Order: sequence, then C-alpha cells, then structure tokens
Amino acid sequence: MATSADRFVHRPNAIDRLGRTVIYTGELLRHPVYTRFLHWMVGIFFFLALLSGFGIYLPWIFRFFTPLFGGGATTRFLHPWFGLAFVFFFALQAINWLQVMRWTPEDSRWMKHIKQYVTRSDSVESPETGFFNAGQKMQFWEIVWGCVAYVITGVIMWLPEIFGRILVAISYVIHDISALIMLFGIFFHVYLSTFGEPGTIQAMTRGTVSEGWAWTHHPAWYKAVTGRDPAEALAEAKRRNTPSPQPPRTL
Amino acid sequence: MSDRGTLRIQQISAHPGPVAGEGAQRQDKVCKLIDTTTCIGCKACEVACVEWNDMPFQTTYFDNTYQTMPDTDWNYWNLIKFNEDQHDDGSFAWLMRKHQCMHCEDPGCLRACPADGAIVQYSNGIVDFQQENCIGCQFCVSGCPFNIPKFNPNTKKVYKCTLCSDRVGAGLEPACIKACPTGCLHFGTKDDMKFLAENRASQLREVSGFQNAGVYDPDTIGGTHVIYVLHDATKPERYGNLPAKPRIPLSFTVWKDIFKPIGLFGAMLGFVGVVMHYVFEGPRREQPTPPVVRIDPPPPPAGKEN
Repeated sequence: MATSADRFVHRPNAIDRLGRTVIYTGELLRHPVYTRFLHWMVGIFFFLALLSGFGIYLPWIFRFFTPLFGGGATTRFLHPWFGLAFVFFFALQAINWLQVMRWTPEDSRWMKHIKQYVTRSDSVESPETGFFNAGQKMQFWEIVWGCVAYVITGVIMWLPEIFGRILVAISYVIHDISALIMLFGIFFHVYLSTFGEPGTIQAMTRGTVSEGWAWTHHPAWYKAVTGRDPAEALAEAKRRNTPSPQPPRTL
Repeated sequence: MSDRGTLRIQQISAHPGPVAGEGAQRQDKVCKLIDTTTCIGCKACEVACVEWNDMPFQTTYFDNTYQTMPDTDWNYWNLIKFNEDQHDDGSFAWLMRKHQCMHCEDPGCLRACPADGAIVQYSNGIVDFQQENCIGCQFCVSGCPFNIPKFNPNTKKVYKCTLCSDRVGAGLEPACIKACPTGCLHFGTKDDMKFLAENRASQLREVSGFQNAGVYDPDTIGGTHVIYVLHDATKPERYGNLPAKPRIPLSFTVWKDIFKPIGLFGAMLGFVGVVMHYVFEGPRREQPTPPVVRIDPPPPPAGKEN
C-alpha cells in the first residue's frame, strides 16, 4: 500500500528540505514538511477567505469583519485573492494526496458502520482503516468539488461585464452554498483533530504521531508502515501497562 | 451625491436595524414622465445631464445610428435610444426612448447590495448611490432589470442617474426636464404624472389612432418613479430592450433574505454538533489509555475519634 509518508520519505522536494521532522521513539512519521506546509497555507487562506466572505455574505450580522480587512472596498478586493490562494494551495495538496484519497471498498464498508464511529462503540477503528478513513476522504472530495464551484462561480462574479447579470445571480447562490457546506465541515475537521481525537494535531505540527494513535485510529496504515499486527501491538501494550500493585502512598 | 438635509431616507442597503428618520416626515412620491410620442431625439437631456452632473465628456463613435453611444456609461447616465421599428404592414416607425435609471419602487440594485449605506432610497422614491460606501462588487448590476448601474474601473465604484436628487432636494426639477424643448418630459408627484400619462395615452388611442398606446409603469417591481407613455405598450421591448416584465433575480430576494440566514444557521449546527458530541460521547483516546492511578486521601490523623 502506498502511503503519502512512504512517498515523501523517499522523495523529499525543495520544501521538505527546508525543514525536518524528528521522529522520537514510539512515534511514526505521519505528514512530511511539504504536506504540513500546504495544510497550514490552505488553513490560513481558508479562514481569510471565510472571514472576508462573511462580511459580504450577511453584512447586517457580520459588519464587524470588514474593518479587519481595511473596510468594505478592501475586503471586496482581497476576498477573491484569498480564495485563489486557498484554491491554489489546496490544488497542490490534492495532487499530493490523490493516491491516498482514492475511494476503496473498505471505505464504503466504513460508511455503512459510521454509527459505530460516531458513538465510539469500539475502542479502536476497524482494522481496515488505512492512512485516511472514509470520513476524511469524503471531506477531501467535498473540498475538491467545492473549490471547483468556487473558482467557476467566483470568476463569473469577478468579471460580471463578461458573463452577464443572470449568470452572476446564479453563481451568487452556488458560491454561498459551497461556502456553507465547507463551513459546516470545518467544525468537524477542527474538532476531530483536537478535542475529538487527542494526539492528532501533532501530525500537522511536528509531523509525527504515536504508535498508539496509529493502531487506534488507522490500524491498516499502522500495519503497512510497521509490518506489525495492530491488534497484537495493542494487546502487548495493554499487558505492559497493567498497573502493578501500588505501594502504599506516603506523604 | 445628494443633499441629505432635505431628503428623508426610506431604505438603506445592507443596513442592520431601523432606518434613522424613516417616516419622520411626509414626502410626496416624485415621478418623471417621458412621453416617447413627442420626443424628437434632440439629445438636449443628454447634454443637460452631463452638464449638471459635471461629468467628464467621453469620446463617442459612429455606429450607423443616431444614438450617441451603444449604452449608458458610468459618466453618461442619460441616453436616447434610437430604434427603427417595422410595423406588421411593412411601414416603419422611428422609436426614440430616453433611457436612464427607472428609480424602481422595489429596487433590485438596493436588494442586491451588500455594502451598508451604498444604496439608499429616499422617501420621495429616488434611488441614489452613495459612492463613499460602495465596495465595487457590482452585485447591483446583477440585480438591476434595466442594466443601469455602470462600473468605473478606475475608482472601483458604480454610478448611475440620481434623478438629480440634489436638485429635487432643493425644490427644482431634474436637469433633463429643464432642458427638454418639446415638453415630452414632465416632473411632479407620482399621482399627477400617472394622471397626465393616462390622459395622454387615451388621447393617443382615441384621437391619434395608436390603439395599443399605454403607460409603462411595471408592477412586477412595485412600479417605477420614471414612467413612459408608449405608442404600443404591449411590446415595450421594441424601444431598445425595455423589459415588459422586469424582475429582480430570486438570488437577491428569496435566497438573500430568507435562505441565507437559514443556511448560516444550518452550517453553525456543525459547531453545535461537535460540542454535543464531546459532551455526550466524548473523545476517542488512543488505546490503551494510560492506567488510572487511584490516589486515596490520607487517613485521618490518629487520636481524633468522632
């Protein structure tokens, strides 16, 4: 199984060489420097585009956002450029991840059992879950198609004298819907990478995750990169962690 | 571009809360009446408009018609459209129509505008752009059924006819009205102009033989504060793309006013959802979780029973 980690460890590009990823004992490389760089560029421009867009979306609620960007006219000027930068960096990320984001039969099975994922009825993910689970892939493809919609409708609204008023009016609605779906999704993305699944965010900051995180959330990936069976590794860790009888506590 | 002192505001684009001064003073609805049947195409109104509004003149070009230029521009708000129209019997008519902002009662530009205070509607019905608040998004162009707002690429602002709100605010008629030599332009209250227009239309029908003569005051946008008397009111399109049923795109009415807030609420349910998930289900921690070490409180000091 090809993973993005495999590919980048062996073929680092110029941006990878600008930084480094330190892998401590008991950790696995999750995202190389290039992936992390793209992720944060996408994140920065996503939020800049989102906040500048809010001021235009519902000005009577979000009027306080426009002064942050230098007033209404400057917000209007900057928003398309923020959006283009977001789409540009996300396009690079999409190329970077195209291989690992491919939909597989395992993902379809994961979607059928999404209730177990949401209710946490199993303590670990199903052993088929690879580098990305189906939920992550769904969000990825939603953003891909959302970006396509953004660019087409955004360019139409940017150059109304070419496309005419009716196309602008239609684009206006599609652009909004795309943004609303992405806004809905960003809450899940941020929640699951921080509070929802502790230990995840370091994959995008330091680039590594603990082995325990790997066999808990992405067992098939753990198996692919370490060659060990995730269930056995977990059982062994449990034996190691069994608390020995505590000595009487002295104060 | 207006004298706020004497004009009361009725509607402000993208404005939160009530409109200051709304309903504080009774104002008559004003109206410009254009009788296309007595227009001779002299363009005095075009010149008066450029003169009064002190706009830089621009190069015009000849494209085999008498029309000054193909369409109005950011610095040319008033244009007579010349249309050669062939009747069913093969005869020709030369239709001339003074084209400018129609000052709709329900303005599509104002509905589409996302900039607070960039477009206002006065209590007398005049729709006016406030360029200092304009953000240059050009949504007003999309919202307007008459293709009136025009973008200046240098200033990144949109301009259009003000119905000489500065003159009207001071009790004068618009510059185009003052310049018209044939009396085909009239200015007054909406009721008076409507009365005058209907009288003229019935005269055209009964005396002059224009059986379809009528008044153009489309109710799809609540009527306009610029109305026409047309030789043939059943086919206004023949007067240079004057729409029979002008409409504001649903994007700026149904979507913007109703579904935008609902959509935002729906998207914010994602935030509610993840908070509820954390509270009700909790996080998935990596396995095995660190063993729980129980720390018992120290036993009470001896010798202090009960």
